[in-house]
Amino acid sequence: MTQEQMTGAKMVVEALKDQGVEVVFGYPGGAVLPIYDEIFQQNHIRHVLVRHEQGAVHAAEGYARSTGKPGVCLVTSGPGATNAVTGLTDALMDSIPIVVLTGQVPTFMIGNDAFQEADTVGITRPCTKHNWLVRETDKLSETIHQAFHVAVTGRPGPVLVDIPKDVQFADGGYTRPEDVKSHYAPQTKGDMAVIEALVDVIETAERPVIYSGGGVINSGDKASSLLRQLVDMTGFPITSTLMGLGAYPANGKSWLGMLGMHGLYEANLAMHDCDLMINVGARFDDRITGRVQDFSPRSIKAHIDIDPSSINKVIRVELPIIGDVAVVLEDLLTVWKARGAKTNAPAVRDWWAQIEEWRKVDCLKYTQKGKVIKPQHALVRLEELTKDHPKRYICTEVGQHQMWAAQYLNFNEPNRWMTSGGLGTMGYGFPSSIGVQMAHPDGLVINVAGEASWLMNMQEMGTAVQFNLPVKQFILNNERLGMVRQWQELLHGERYSQSWSEALPDFVKLAEAFGAKGIRIESPDDLDEGIKEMLAHDGPVIVDCLVEKHENCFPMIPSGEPHNSMILGENVDTSTAIKEGGGVLV
Amino acid sequence: MSQLDIKKGTSKHSAYDLRDPHSTTIERHTLAVVVDNEAGVLARVIGLFSGRGYNIESLTVAEIDHTGHRSRITVVTTGTAAVIEQIKAQLGRIVPVHEVHDLTTEGPSVERELALFKVTGTGDARVEALRLADIFRANVVDSTLQSFTFEVTGTSEKIDAFAELMWPLGLTEIARTGVVALSRSERAS
Ligand SMILES: Cc1cc2nc3c(=O)[nH]c(=O)nc-3n(C[C@H](O)[C@H](O)[C@H](O)COP(=O)(O)OP(=O)(O)OC[C@H]3O[C@@H](n4cnc5c(N)ncnc54)[C@H](O)[C@@H]3O)c2cc1C
Ligand SMILES: Cc1ncc(C[n+]2csc(CCOP(=O)(O)OP(=O)(O)O)c2C)c(N)n1
Repeated sequence: MTQEQMTGAKMVVEALKDQGVEVVFGYPGGAVLPIYDEIFQQNHIRHVLVRHEQGAVHAAEGYARSTGKPGVCLVTSGPGATNAVTGLTDALMDSIPIVVLTGQVPTFMIGNDAFQEADTVGITRPCTKHNWLVRETDKLSETIHQAFHVAVTGRPGPVLVDIPKDVQFADGGYTRPEDVKSHYAPQTKGDMAVIEALVDVIETAERPVIYSGGGVINSGDKASSLLRQLVDMTGFPITSTLMGLGAYPANGKSWLGMLGMHGLYEANLAMHDCDLMINVGARFDDRITGRVQDFSPRSIKAHIDIDPSSINKVIRVELPIIGDVAVVLEDLLTVWKARGAKTNAPAVRDWWAQIEEWRKVDCLKYTQKGKVIKPQHALVRLEELTKDHPKRYICTEVGQHQMWAAQYLNFNEPNRWMTSGGLGTMGYGFPSSIGVQMAHPDGLVINVAGEASWLMNMQEMGTAVQFNLPVKQFILNNERLGMVRQWQELLHGERYSQSWSEALPDFVKLAEAFGAKGIRIESPDDLDEGIKEMLAHDGPVIVDCLVEKHENCFPMIPSGEPHNSMILGENVDTSTAIKEGGGVLV
Repeated sequence: MSQLDIKKGTSKHSAYDLRDPHSTTIERHTLAVVVDNEAGVLARVIGLFSGRGYNIESLTVAEIDHTGHRSRITVVTTGTAAVIEQIKAQLGRIVPVHEVHDLTTEGPSVERELALFKVTGTGDARVEALRLADIFRANVVDSTLQSFTFEVTGTSEKIDAFAELMWPLGLTEIARTGVVALSRSERAS
């Protein structure tokens, strides 16, 4: 086989093209100059110049989560690579496929504490799915193709390829993607015997619940549509984790709402009291299980997951099914239909009656009165005024606003909700919204933010303005590190240690300083008008929405408590709501 | 109460099922991990153990296939049944890992460790050391007028026992390889 000869730098661009990459988020520096030179001389790949490498990685995550395709970053050695570490860890925790290319000092200088040298593969080994240091130009293109394969195959995740500068300059043979062989091929088809056993219990269960997660989104559109089919045909209630919102539509009739620490009362009680739990692509995270010993004590549990290490890691299940959600659900539906598509309908009807009782508690109730905007109300209005947009994408930062967004906004499609769940990275939302908007130029991309989180990556205003990305930054400004303040109120005797956002900028002027539009909303009466003005503006907007400063996010299951000891909304005595001992957990 | 026809706490189709999942008994397992011999692969395995708080009792590694560039890592680890299962699953998801075998549960296996012992002394102690070495089938691989270096091969327990006997006889230094192991089935494990 004759291979085309080219420089390593050219190979990088060639490989990205062959992988179908349209956009690269990056930031140049000495160790990647040859690659930037190649980027300059072509028109296939757009490069988005971020303002901080962390922003590049979150933007790539937003791009990936909203398209299902891998996001790509290019950063320099040393500080460029270390700045990418938070984003890599974030992507690892949330199973987001991204490919990060880093420059490295020349091979002959590695180990000499050369200028801007860092042991990038060493530093990023625990926060990538896999990484490579490429020492020969002949291996470069093959490695990049492998990297894409690993990022998207099985449980997706971030990968990194570290490319020394001499490898970029040298010539080598280009390997095409179709000529690359990989042994990496995780099992996607589930064990039919266990699938049959699951069908047995689906037919007889009296109090079933489907608990779906980010794995459904990872698996792709087909997985969502099969999940909908399963839910609609069985009539079983379904709840989802924060990461799985949208896989089953919030306007679907079997939807219970999100579960977990800040999940809905009816969803959590259904999980606690069910006799059959079907986990579809979720990982029994501690925000879900609460106290493990008391987690859904009477249920038989099935778990569909592509990663064998997710199974029996936290919660022991009777029916483990290792495989891809779409493949397993397809087999499951085939078997179940072939056997007559039966359920224990009378029992399931009674179960629904019980759920309706729980629903009457109306756990998301809040009262908007007076001149101060309740954050919940702001989101309800945002929902009302944007829900009909056919291409609405929501990103969030991390904190109370994130949980309120999950509770009060409705997602009817997968890939429309970008949030940092596992790592909980403040500063994720804004750059992520940039990545989403790059992927969907005609989409309505809104980042629901807290003022403190938003400041963590505010430099990306430059990026939004430069690339004329009309991202809407909807800041619920409580002038507090709200989530931290809430915990201090509940667990630390209202001693608000360092949880105040002091010396905040004037967000309207800040927007204007970057050449963008700023809007301040101060009273409930101005909410709708302010939101409409935000939507009408064709360009980046910062909305500074001043909200109630000491609002708490409820319902809440205190860390380490079981699902049925939930703190509900209004009128709780927060000084006694959480027992001693709850404070040691996060 | 529910009619579901599955016993709670059982797990379909898993060898893991045969043991009590909630057991707190600490088990010792020997795992054989076949990996691509690429840069950093050992760091990945060790990083997994330290990062997730698992124990390593011993670890050996060497390339076993020079053309295919495969290495075999033998790890002896301890943990509850649930932790051991998790360790195997975590090892299995490392990209350059091809196979993970639990030699402790996958049928009979043989385990060997090699150790070198330096025993210093003269007179009766020296004679006694030689006599015991003979019983343990230890080879003398080096000697001076004042010392012997013995080579012992066997299970870790045998090596422990030999060390126990040699201490009073002037044992000054030990080097151990850690365990290597193979399954006893006819096929490659
Ligand atoms: C402040 C804060 C509060 C939070 N509160 C809550 C809360 O109240 N409720 C809540 O739900 N979350 C909450 N979270 C998020 C929480 O921390 C976890 O990130 C989230 O619950 C995990 O979602 P998941 O189980 O769907 O798993 P993910 O992290 O999305 O993992 C996906 C799982 O699916 C598997 N998978 C991947 N691809 C496939 C495939 N193709 N086929 C099959 N399986 C696949 C993976 O192996 C993995 O096990 C909160 C986060 C923050 C920051
Ligand atoms: C990078 C990072 N640092 C610290 C935290 C801990 N933390 C979680 S929520 C929060 C406060 C967030 O405040 P804000 O963005 O204003 O949102 P609010 O909770 O007020 O809605 C903090 C500090 C975090 N999640 N991420």
